[in-house]
Amino acid sequence: MSQTSRNNLDRRGFLKVTGAAASGLVLGFYVPERFGPITVRAAGPFAPNAFLRILPDDTITVLVGKSEMGQGVYTALPMMVAEELDCDWGRVKVESSPAGPEYYDPMMGEQTTGGSTSVMSSWEPLRKAGASARAVLVDAAAQTWGVAPGSLRTEKGRVYHDASGRSASYGELSAKAATLPVPADVVLKDPKDFKIIGTNVKRVEGRDKVTGKAEFSIDVRLPGMLTAVVAHPPVCGGTAKSFDASKAMAVAGVVKVKPISTGVAVIAKDFWTARTGREALEIVWDDGPNGALDSAEMREQYRKLASEPGLVAENEGDAEKGMASAAKTVEAVYEVPYLAHAPMEPLNAVAHVQADRCDIWAGTQYQTMDQRVGAAITGLAPEQIYVHTTLLGGGFGRRANITSDFVADAVEVAKGENVPIKTIWTREEDIQCGYFRPMFVHKLKAGVDAAGMPTAWHQRMVGQSLAQGTFLEPFMMKDGIDMSSVEGAAHMPYAIPNRRVESHNAPRTLSVLWWRSVGHTHTGFVNESFLDEVAHAGGKDPYELRRQLLQNEPRHLAVLELAAEKGEWGKPLAQGRARGIAVRKSFESYVAEVAEVSLEGDGEVRVHRVVCAVDCGITVNPWNVVAQMESAIVYGLTAALYSELTVKKGRVQQSNFHDYPVLRMDRMPKIEVHLVKSSEKPTGVGEPGVPPLAAAVANALFALTGKRVRKLPIKMSEAV
Amino acid sequence: MVAITVNGKRHDVDVEPSTPLLWVLRDSLGLTGTKYGCGIAQCGACTVHIDGTATRSCVTPVSTVEGQAIVTIEGLAPGDGLHPVQQAWLEEDVVQCGYCQSGQIMSAADLLSSNQNPSDAEIDAAMSGNICRCGTYGRIKCAIERAAKMLRGEPTQPVQPVEPVGEVAP
Repeated sequence: MSQTSRNNLDRRGFLKVTGAAASGLVLGFYVPERFGPITVRAAGPFAPNAFLRILPDDTITVLVGKSEMGQGVYTALPMMVAEELDCDWGRVKVESSPAGPEYYDPMMGEQTTGGSTSVMSSWEPLRKAGASARAVLVDAAAQTWGVAPGSLRTEKGRVYHDASGRSASYGELSAKAATLPVPADVVLKDPKDFKIIGTNVKRVEGRDKVTGKAEFSIDVRLPGMLTAVVAHPPVCGGTAKSFDASKAMAVAGVVKVKPISTGVAVIAKDFWTARTGREALEIVWDDGPNGALDSAEMREQYRKLASEPGLVAENEGDAEKGMASAAKTVEAVYEVPYLAHAPMEPLNAVAHVQADRCDIWAGTQYQTMDQRVGAAITGLAPEQIYVHTTLLGGGFGRRANITSDFVADAVEVAKGENVPIKTIWTREEDIQCGYFRPMFVHKLKAGVDAAGMPTAWHQRMVGQSLAQGTFLEPFMMKDGIDMSSVEGAAHMPYAIPNRRVESHNAPRTLSVLWWRSVGHTHTGFVNESFLDEVAHAGGKDPYELRRQLLQNEPRHLAVLELAAEKGEWGKPLAQGRARGIAVRKSFESYVAEVAEVSLEGDGEVRVHRVVCAVDCGITVNPWNVVAQMESAIVYGLTAALYSELTVKKGRVQQSNFHDYPVLRMDRMPKIEVHLVKSSEKPTGVGEPGVPPLAAAVANALFALTGKRVRKLPIKMSEAV
Repeated sequence: MVAITVNGKRHDVDVEPSTPLLWVLRDSLGLTGTKYGCGIAQCGACTVHIDGTATRSCVTPVSTVEGQAIVTIEGLAPGDGLHPVQQAWLEEDVVQCGYCQSGQIMSAADLLSSNQNPSDAEIDAAMSGNICRCGTYGRIKCAIERAAKMLRGEPTQPVQPVEPVGEVAP
């Protein structure tokens, strides 16, 4: 069974196996919050809900059902519980939760971490979890002392009765509290009374991560464990026709060679032996339907499609008329390539399949799918699949996909082996054999009037849908249009009267997947660059034009103006340097960035400084918001300057960091992040820093050279 | 059998002499703080000290380091203590996913062992072999400067808290 056929199995089989399955996985748009009753799962004297347990020794443990991949949820989510619990932050311990319905994301209806939703979707439920626990502890004290609950107050993990001078710690009250009912309704704090939320808190797992003690799934060691490496087909969607295991079996320490649906696994005593065995395998591959795939030809095909009418995602006013009445029109074609996510920890998982249970240790973003996939492979029920979520060595979307590919490999390898087996992908396979950010081509045309104001905007895009042909269709597609393809292009915030946005779902070839900021990865670059073209065509300053078009969008305007002010927009710069600006709302947050660039003698683009302004509502942990903006800017800069996967004869041409380079310290710009003070509900932070970056850089390059970058990664030789 | 000395302790390991040191550390000795990132000395996640020099263990055959002093992240500071570089890393709240950070810290510790006042360019030169996909480079640089100060015996200031500015009228 190939990658593709696993996809098919997923559509036909997994949903049936598990019944209702995804009751509401939503990416890029919203469903109303629905957070059902919480069943008690955590063990301990006082475990009022699935997120919290308090022991008599005053140990307060918060269980986090979201995956920590560097974005800071192990700190931010417990801060929200601790705030309403009124406990001492220094005493809070954080644990990865088991997998189960108690930890389903209230917005997405499954246990998954993605879409920059963790803080947003946990904002009410986790504060309620803390507040209801606090209420029970107060009741416990009131009953113990025979006083009215209203006469008590709490502070730093203690309940006080000031009138009598009595007090007791939460731990001391925990046994009594465990016998009392948990109230369904609680009053949450007024944000002005926050003591923990809004403070700068260092990440809880920091010490483990600087001492080498932090455990990623690749570090899991179990008694009797073996290690496997899978030879995946060189062509995505290919299969092993036949193989000769004799040379691999001759490698001392190789235990078994075993075909699985995605390739041929070599199981050995350790990684190096398994890898040596894998190199010795002789496999005849069937390249399958992608055997002739060529990304250059696909790009031509996309360009052709972009000239034909597509599915209409937005039709506001009359773009054609607006164009006809314009004083001037501008046209352009933009292109972005396939990308790999390339998290630092190569994909891996440990699985132990037994008669009545299957244990999985994985740095995963999608526990519910891991359970579903594990169940389909083993024949067990999803609740018999125990997912132990470790830390993730980066995710960026790669560790959440509809086949749970890296987990599925591990479960297939371990099935029938009676010992735990760790299956590790090599870096080469991590880059070549998985899921990719889709390639996109956009064709645009705009009209500007005599005053330089845009009158019409026509945009048509071509790229593979993330959802088409999968169970995600009903959640992500509408009238054939993948909402994640057109996000940020349809319904732009700019006051342009006549707009038409169309989309073509390109033929399904490679497996494609969300990649940090999803559709905004391309629409952020394309739309914010083309708006810059429109500004210049109309003789307008790109910042001033944005301001004029955003007069009815106060939050866009605020970050734009803050970034411009702090980034010294319009002020003189050293010779050979220029600035560019871009602004974008994504994942409900608003980010503007000003990039300062120069060109080296050899044509290399240097980005010296990026000034970022962000409005993400209430900042739960400001330090971490800053860290996430820094991170997103670097991730975006790598894509802008370096990243491109090309395909020839179905084979991805790049394989490792020598030919799929990433930004390094010597090219790191100075980054300054400014947060907008807000009393709005907190919104996304992990992704929204990515979308404006490439456009800010490309726009700065235009200001510097008069040449327009319309293709990523940026090569000035291709600018027009 | 290959005999190696890791964090001051001698180990006899039963592996092929060509096995990269990385996998001996991780799989034979259980020292999993040293990470696999690329296998071709491109990312630096596997950096350890060999006789005091930052070295990519993923391309170092174990047989070539017999008799040499190998130090991993687990042995960088004695006992449960922290090396000044680790301390500075915590104060600057450098890490995000953390996967590359053992290697980053080992590279930084090597730099500072011979140069306690590195210039910007010297930090770049020493650190550009270590990739971080979370983009913590800015904080790494601040932490190296902080650790350098600590090693020089100069006082350091706590990192300034971040305060949101302005407010959008609702």
